[in-house]
Order: sequence, then structure tokens, then C-alpha cells
Amino acid sequence: MKIVVCIKQVPDTTEVKIDPETKTLVREGVESITNPFDEFAIEEGLLTKEKYGGEVHVITMGPPQAKEVLKNAYAVGADNVYLVSDRAFAGADTWATAYTLSAAIKKIGDYDLIICGKQAIDGDTAQVGPGIATQLNIPQLTYVDKVVEIDPDNKKIKVERLLEDGKEVVEASLPALITVVKDINEPRLPSLFGIKKAAKLDIPTWTADDLPVDKDKLGLKGSPTEVVTVFSPEVRGGGEILEGEVPEVVTKLVDKLMDMKFIQ
Amino acid sequence: MAEIKVLTDECTGCGSCVDACPFGAITLENDVAVIGDKCTFCGACVEVCPVEAIVLKKDEKRVQEDIADYKDVWVFIEHEHGKIASVSFELLGVGRKLADDLGCQLCGMLMGHGVEDFAKEAIAYGAEKVYYIDDPVLEKYRTEPYARGAINLIQKYKPEIVLFGATTQGRDFAGNVATTLYTGLTADCTGLDIDPETKLLRQTRPAFGGNIMATILCPRTRPQMSTVRPKVMPMPERDASRQGEIITESLGMSEDEVRTKVIEFIESEQKVNLTEADIIVSGGRGLGKPENFKLIRELADVLGAAVGASRATVDAGWIPYEHQVGQTGKTVRPKIYIACGISGAIQHLAGMKTSDVIVAINKDPDAPIFKVATYGIVGDLFQVVPALTEEFRKRLGK
Ligand SMILES: Cc1cc2nc3c(=O)[nH]c(=O)nc-3n(C[C@H](O)[C@H](O)[C@H](O)COP(=O)(O)OP(=O)(O)OC[C@H]3O[C@@H](n4cnc5c(N)ncnc54)[C@H](O)[C@@H]3O)c2cc1C
Ligand SMILES: Cc1cc2nc3c(=O)[nH]c(=O)nc-3n(C[C@H](O)[C@H](O)[C@H](O)COP(=O)(O)OP(=O)(O)OC[C@H]3O[C@@H](n4cnc5c(N)ncnc54)[C@H](O)[C@@H]3O)c2cc1C
Ligand code: SF4
Ligand code: SF4
Repeated sequence: MKIVVCIKQVPDTTEVKIDPETKTLVREGVESITNPFDEFAIEEGLLTKEKYGGEVHVITMGPPQAKEVLKNAYAVGADNVYLVSDRAFAGADTWATAYTLSAAIKKIGDYDLIICGKQAIDGDTAQVGPGIATQLNIPQLTYVDKVVEIDPDNKKIKVERLLEDGKEVVEASLPALITVVKDINEPRLPSLFGIKKAAKLDIPTWTADDLPVDKDKLGLKGSPTEVVTVFSPEVRGGGEILEGEVPEVVTKLVDKLMDMKFIQ
Repeated sequence: MAEIKVLTDECTGCGSCVDACPFGAITLENDVAVIGDKCTFCGACVEVCPVEAIVLKKDEKRVQEDIADYKDVWVFIEHEHGKIASVSFELLGVGRKLADDLGCQLCGMLMGHGVEDFAKEAIAYGAEKVYYIDDPVLEKYRTEPYARGAINLIQKYKPEIVLFGATTQGRDFAGNVATTLYTGLTADCTGLDIDPETKLLRQTRPAFGGNIMATILCPRTRPQMSTVRPKVMPMPERDASRQGEIITESLGMSEDEVRTKVIEFIESEQKVNLTEADIIVSGGRGLGKPENFKLIRELADVLGAAVGASRATVDAGWIPYEHQVGQTGKTVRPKIYIACGISGAIQHLAGMKTSDVIVAINKDPDAPIFKVATYGIVGDLFQVVPALTEEFRKRLGK
């Protein structure tokens, strides 16, 4: 099994705050982390390798500092990591991101399974996974909360998908792409040895020239969407604290909610 | 490739651009702005610079040749287990407005097997035409045949705008369709309108866990496509007397070409679907132990509400993941969200802070949840929640 995991470096939104005066995002001191869903993607790659044999390749597209997340992936056990980085990729929307990543995956070659997170916590679109699967013309299985089984000889995968009103068990042929939700596993922590090994790692970087791409389809230029304005949402103010003894506050609250008319 | 540079002789080092950059790409070095690798060429800094010291050169982009041939607003009529998703009706409502603003028709796009009634239902909610593909291969939703059907219809009839619900199905499906068509797709929109001058679709959506809003355009390719968050757009009136045309097309894909197979569906024990619920009662670590979710369920039952949970309780194994609300769980927007023993961490708020009314019950008066609560009760949930259940039971005669 040759497994490719796609991970993204994102700002830790716990620390993203809005400046009440300028109404802009305060970025100072905001740390970058591996997208939380991608931690589960890496772990699923490692578990699959442990069960069925093979190798785990991890890629990220981003500026040079995105190497940090690759080091973390290497420290927990990825076999190979690659940084896809070039100013020509900057400003990519999900179309151009999926196009570039799928070119990098083609370069890795002979893949059986591609694993992405359900969505990134900054862009929040959940579109890159389906985009890569479509570019590579392989089946996509999104919102996976369990890989039921893989049959490497007959090239089949069976998974459980988490939908709004239940779970769906689906089978697909390999190679395939899955996107994973949080419930799928518990990511391991790196060992001290792993961290040391990762610190010394020289990470290969692929630029646009290294990939089989049409340069008109990269970055801002290749992106059909355009972000025209970014603004702060209306900050929701705190409302009313109901005061009094329990029976009294409960009556007040029920009065207010019943006034909304649709509780039946 | 696009290029951006700071005219160092002009720059006064005022720092306005540093604050304006949504990507944290600008720093001041020796009182001059320096733009780093994180820059995505969004242009926000160019607009705020008081001395026009930032110059951004964007490339000429590809413009689709037949862009003028595209017209009409389409809504994907999503259904599962014999029911149309209510977000599809909401989209017909907002779609009507967009079509009126553009002076074009509102149409439904429907796929399935033996679901002609759904086409009539879409007409009752305002569609003038419904494009319908009926094929046994489309019996259950699967990405490949649905995407093939949609792509064929879109290439043949050329709609200007196509809207999908931002549901698991809609997001799975739309990403595939937009990629094949090489057009833009804006995710999880909460606002849609037509720019009166350019006639482009302005798509507004939250990102960064709801910490920022962005307005996105798709100026050069067609169709302009969006997934739209459920329960944001108002439900339109149903009128069974409305007339419309149903246009049928064939799929042109056989079962052997489909590489996925649905084996079974396991229905959730959860009675009410969290993302569609009007009322949600949620429990957090303040419940102390798993058995105490009973208090939450009892209140939910009286109100006909769905049960939500914080990640702390899900991670502790008190309740299954499907109940988790927040950044790594579900995003919900009920009319009433009742948070019991939940502190209100930013990741939890990301999943529920756009609820119409938020009620917080917490014994800590400084808990951050009170900052977003419409009504707050500072108190012990073990007293407040059962008393609430009792009071509602009395008032509702249950
Ligand atoms: C405010 C804002 C709003 C935006 N809205 C849109 C929009 O509506 N439509 C649109 O097309 N673009 C949009 N973009 C651009 C979009 O965020 C970027 O294209 C981004 O690179 C990928 O999208 P995402 O973060 O949503 O990832 P998602 O699609 O949510 O990511 C899913 C998974 O794909 C993989 N992945 C994603 N990015 C990378 C990467 N760089 N390297 C490796 N793996 C990766 C990871 O496994 C991740 O878990 C927006 C950007 C901003 C700043
Ligand atoms: C990357 C990332 C993603 C995350 N995603 C999510 C997510 O999707 N959803 C989510 O919920 N969290 C998420 N979290 C976790 C989040 O940061 C918080 O840890 C979590 O929400 C806390 O859950 P809680 O409010 O139940 O627990 P706590 O923070 O422990 O709060 C318990 C509250 O109960 C109150 N309390 C205690 N006893 C009583 C009583 N008797 N009566 C009344 N009140 C009482 C306390 O005052 C306290 O405020 C995420 C974290 C990270 C780092
Ligand atoms: S163009 Fe946008 S991303 Fe680049 S530096 Fe200016 S504000 Fe930041
Ligand atoms: S806003 Fe203009 S003048 Fe002010 S620091 Fe930035 S580039 Fe310089």
C-alpha cells in the first residue's frame, strides 16, 4: 500500500482574536499548527501501513515555514515528506490548490490511497479533497469515520461515512481518496527519538518547475474565485443575565422562550 | 505570476497595512513595510495604504469564451431516504430573488430514480423548470453518477448560477462538479446577492471558524457555484397551484462504470438531526459524568429538541461524536441553543454562535459562554435543568 497524506499548516484559531477597535484579526503571536483534521489523516495513514504494509508519504503546499508541519509528521512516523512551495502557488483557491497537489501526487506516483482531512480550519471549505480526487479521476469517500477493511490484492476499500442522519457503509475500488473526521482514531504523539530524527531532516521542496503542471492554472492566476473583501462578523454581544432564585429564573426564562411561539 | 512590492521611498512606516493584512504577511522592518511569503495577493493592504506605497500587479486571467451564453439560476434538489432536504427549498427561496434581480428563470436540477414527485414539489416552491434525470444508477446518492449527470446538464443548458446545500451530500458533490467544469465554488455561504452594476453573484461566507467573513466572486468562468449553509435562508411559501415544466434527460452512465457501491445505511439513534433542528440542548463537562446526560435528554424530549455536546464530553466517551458541536464537530444554527455546563471555548462557539437565541447555564459567572448568550443563568445545572424541564412540561401540558 502506497499512501499519500495531504496536510495543511493553519493558524491556531484559539488564538485568533478580533481587535475591537480596528475590527481586524490580531495575528501577533498566533501560532501555526497542523490542521487538526489532518492529524487524524496522518494517524490513519500510519495505522493503514501498520495493518497492510507499505509506506506513508506526506505532502503540504505552502510557504517555506510550512516545513514545520512536515517535521511533525515525520516525527510520528511518516516515511517521506515533501514541501510543495513556490511563489507561483500563492493565492490559490481550492481549484488551484487541488490541481497543484494532484500534480505532486502524480509525481510521487503509484499511489493506492490518498488521505485528506475533512476540512481545514482556516479556509473551512472541505473542497480540496473532492478536488484532488476529481483531478486524479479516482473515487472519493468523504466524511469517513471508520475504515472497515482494505483488500490490497483485489484493490478494494470499505469505509463507514458519517452523514447527518446516520452512517453509510460504502465500498470503492483503489486507488481512492478518503477525507476523515475526528472520530476515526486517536493520533499518537511523537517519540523523543522521532523528534530528534525530524530535526535533522532535510525536506525536499518541489517548485512549479518540478511538477507536471500548466503554469496558467497555478496560484492566483489559475483560481476561478476571487476574495474581494474580508471583514469581521458582527460581534455578538452578551445579553441578559437572569437573576434570582432557581424557580424565579426558570420562570423568567420559560416566559421568554415561550414568547418565541414555536415551542410546541 | 502576480507580484507585489512596497515602494520603500514612499512608505512612512505607519503600519496600517500590517493590521489590514488578513494573512499576517506584512511586518515592519526599520520602519518600512516588508511583505513575506504568506501573501496571497488579496489586495487588502493596497487599499489601506495612505501614501499608495504598495503596488500589486495581478496577471491577466483566463476568461471562459462562451461566458455570455450562460443564463438562469439553478438549484440542486437534494434528497435522501425518500425526502427532499429542506435546504433545497430555502435555496429555491433565495434563488427566486437572484433570478428576479437578473431577469432570468429559476430552475431545479434533480437526479434520482422514480422521484418525479420531487420535481413537482420544487415547482410548488417556485421553480419554473426542473431538469430531471431518472435512472436506476441514481437510486442512492453516489458522487460519480450524480456528478456525471450534473455536468452533462450544465454543459448542455448553461446555467449562470448553480446553488447546492452545504450538507454532506452537497459539499461532496459540488466539489467534484466544479473541479471538472473548471469553475469557482464558494463554500458554505451565508449571504448571496447580485451586484447591481456588474450583475455578478456576491457570495459571503464565514471562514477561520467564524472569526472572519469574506465576500467572494467568480468573475471569469461559469457557472458561478455556491454551497449554502442550511437554515440561513428563509423558507419560501409552498403553492401547489404553481405550474412548471419538467425536462427529462438521460444519464449516459451504466452501473459498471461506477466505482463505488453503497452497502448499507445505519440510521442514527438520534431522533432529531442536529443540523436541521430548531432547538438544541447541549451538555458539557459540567455534567460531571456520562449518566447525567439524562438531564439533557429529558429537557430535549420535552422541547422536541436535538441533543448536542461539547468536545470534552465526546472525547471522554460520554456521548458519541455525531453529537459534537464546534469546529471539529458540527456547525449548527438552531432558533434556540441551550448550553448546559459548557464553558464556551472558541472552538465550541465556532459551531453555534450564529444560533438565533443562546441560553447559557453555568455556575461560573466568568465563563466565556455568557459573552454570547442571549439569556444567561448563573447557577448549578443540577438544579436549573430539571426545574426547566418541569416548567416546560407544565406549560406544554406534557
Ligand atoms: C477567507 C477565505 C475564504 C475562502 N473561501 C474560498 C471559497 O469559498 N472557495 C475556494 O475555492 N477557495 C476559498 N478560499 C481559498 C482556500 O482557502 C485555499 O484554496 C486553501 O488553500 C484551501 O482551502 P481550505 O483551506 O478550505 O481547505 P479544505 O478544502 O477545507 O481542506 C481539506 C483538506 O485538504 C487538504 N489540504 C488543503 N489545503 C492543503 C494544502 N495547502 N496542502 C496540503 N493539503 C491541503 C488537507 O488534507 C485538508 O484537511 C478562501 C480563502 C480565504 C482566506
Ligand atoms: C483544535 C481543537 C478543536 C476543538 N474542537 C472543538 C469542538 O468542535 N467542539 C468543542 O466543544 N470543543 C472543541 N475543542 C475543545 C475546546 O477547546 C474545549 O476544551 C471544550 O469545548 C470544553 O468543553 P466543556 O465546555 O464541556 O468543558 P469545560 O471547559 O471544562 O467547561 C465546563 C463548564 O461547566 C461549568 N460547570 C461545572 N459544573 C457545573 C454545574 N454543576 N452547573 C453549571 N455549570 C457547571 C464550569 O463552570 C465550566 O464552565 C477543540 C479544541 C482544539 C484544540
Ligand atoms: S496583498 Fe493581501 S495577503 Fe498580500 S500582503 Fe497585502 S494584505 Fe497581505
Ligand atoms: S500602509 Fe503604506 S505607508 Fe503605512 S506601513 Fe504600510 S506600506 Fe508603509
